[in-house]
Amino acid sequence: MSKVLMKGNEAFAEAAIRAGCSCYFGYPITPQNEIPEYMSHELAKAGGKFIQAESELAAVNMAYGAAASGGRAFISTSSPGLALMQEGLGFTASCEVPIVALNVSRGGPGVGGIQPGQADYFQVTRGGYNGDVRIPVFAPSGIQECVDLIYSAFDIAEEYRNPVVIFADGMMGQMMEPVELPPKKPIADDAEIARTKPWAITGTDAHEGRNVVFSLRLQPDVLEAHVEHMFEKYARAERELVRYSTSNLEGAEIVFVAFGTMSRLCAEAIELLAEKGVKAGLIRPISLWPFPDAAFDEIGPEAKVLISTELSMGQMIQDVKNAAAGRWPVRLISRTGGVVPSSLEIVDRALKHLQEVQGK
Amino acid sequence: MKTVFQPTKGMLPVDTSYCPGCAHGIAHRIIMECLEERGMLGKTIGVVPIGCSINAHNFMNIDMCESTHGRAPAIASGIRRVHPDKIVFTYQGDGDLASIGAGEIVHAAHRGEKFTTFFINNAIYGMTGGQMAPTTLIGQRATTCVDGRTVEQAGLPLRMCELISTIDCAVFVERVMLNNPANVRKAKKVVSTALDIQQAGLGFTFVEFLSTCPTNWGLSPTEAIHWCETAMADYYPVKNFKKPEGY
Repeated sequence: MSKVLMKGNEAFAEAAIRAGCSCYFGYPITPQNEIPEYMSHELAKAGGKFIQAESELAAVNMAYGAAASGGRAFISTSSPGLALMQEGLGFTASCEVPIVALNVSRGGPGVGGIQPGQADYFQVTRGGYNGDVRIPVFAPSGIQECVDLIYSAFDIAEEYRNPVVIFADGMMGQMMEPVELPPKKPIADDAEIARTKPWAITGTDAHEGRNVVFSLRLQPDVLEAHVEHMFEKYARAERELVRYSTSNLEGAEIVFVAFGTMSRLCAEAIELLAEKGVKAGLIRPISLWPFPDAAFDEIGPEAKVLISTELSMGQMIQDVKNAAAGRWPVRLISRTGGVVPSSLEIVDRALKHLQEVQGK
Repeated sequence: MKTVFQPTKGMLPVDTSYCPGCAHGIAHRIIMECLEERGMLGKTIGVVPIGCSINAHNFMNIDMCESTHGRAPAIASGIRRVHPDKIVFTYQGDGDLASIGAGEIVHAAHRGEKFTTFFINNAIYGMTGGQMAPTTLIGQRATTCVDGRTVEQAGLPLRMCELISTIDCAVFVERVMLNNPANVRKAKKVVSTALDIQQAGLGFTFVEFLSTCPTNWGLSPTEAIHWCETAMADYYPVKNFKKPEGY
């Protein structure tokens, strides 16, 4: 299949359409506006439905309604918008309804800025929703990977009956890269919905018995049993949904841990460090939850320092320290507010960290 | 023997959780009767709110889902996109619809969403124990205005039919009252008309029921009905606000 040159946001929208997305709900927010714009004219051509929602609150709830009744629902937003969607995501997880949400993130806090940021790490992995909820989060480092993750996210969401979040920073939404688009899956018709989603609220004529999608459980023991059921799914997710890549770990003294745009800069920094005679490698978490602890077992005996490299004041570093489990010192390289460091800056700061841990 | 009456199959044969004198049960029943009479019980999807009637899905014999507080109209909009041929409705109280969900109901009406909203207005938050609602009348006591609501402190009560009827794509807006058998029969006709218009795909349809909450009003069921048909109906006139030609 041939590649096409596409802007990230448009490729992400097209990936959802090709995954058989039947409904998209969006609200304008930079830097993801090309997604609702693209969906407004392309989704209908593919047989799907588009609503420009009145708010992110409405968008996530529209997606819940569409997915509760059997649709394949997709929403996209950027950081402050995701904050508004948190209640809906937690509620949707509690109701065991599958939706896919894409966060093309920007700098915060508050309204913040519109340049790329990764300070939503806590927001996507810890959430702002109440209660015991986990949401699988996948962070691509390029447009092709994001397309592939969105394409598979719908299947994962439906298999687990839980929301799935794709966390692509604003750089990926705005840049262009060649991409190979996956084949178009059909939008499920009523018969297919009845076959694959016997729990969906499609009208009692369409299935056995009566379906109710609900969250309220006033009896503590009943609610606890439901949460335990959710956590059986999450335990399975921790076994089955871990995704990561590693590079140059063999013999590496410096091990960068980075995702998304920062992982691309680290790859450059590793080459620059090699020119200086310093071996460095990279662990790139793709699933941020479940976090790929297993990747850290691939680190070699030469490693002197782990460096969590983030477009935030250091959020993932908590998971890195947890995975490192005291085996190596963990340091941070961070820029925030939408500032993206150069690979040269990363090299300089990494060398200083290496010298510091070696007591030089 | 000729059967002259039987309960609608739209209501499950269970006791409801509603207080004596509450009108939720009547509203539930007439909506379900209308759906049964048009043979649509199996082709209807309902959305329940946060509030006392979150329990409606334990009583209404149809497919339903719960809602985050106030967002039922957004949820129904999503359902409608997947099921253009079904009947879709939201069932919402006044705290849910007129306060936290004021944005969603206005925009569902504004888009001309082809579903029906049944709005139960009892001028108070019921489930949480009797706090002031946007619909609480001036002078009415509630747990967050124990000496009675004042204009200075909380403004004037919000009239939702009047508000919704200013929106062009809301094609049918009517307020009914469930205070006596004659008005219950009238209300049922209004529900039926709203569903006809939904099925004809003409636009957004909105039915407000003036209801009673004896428990949180601190009145007996009989006194509550009297207060509904006097104080409530005085501020919230029972009438049709708009309807499409021919209905």
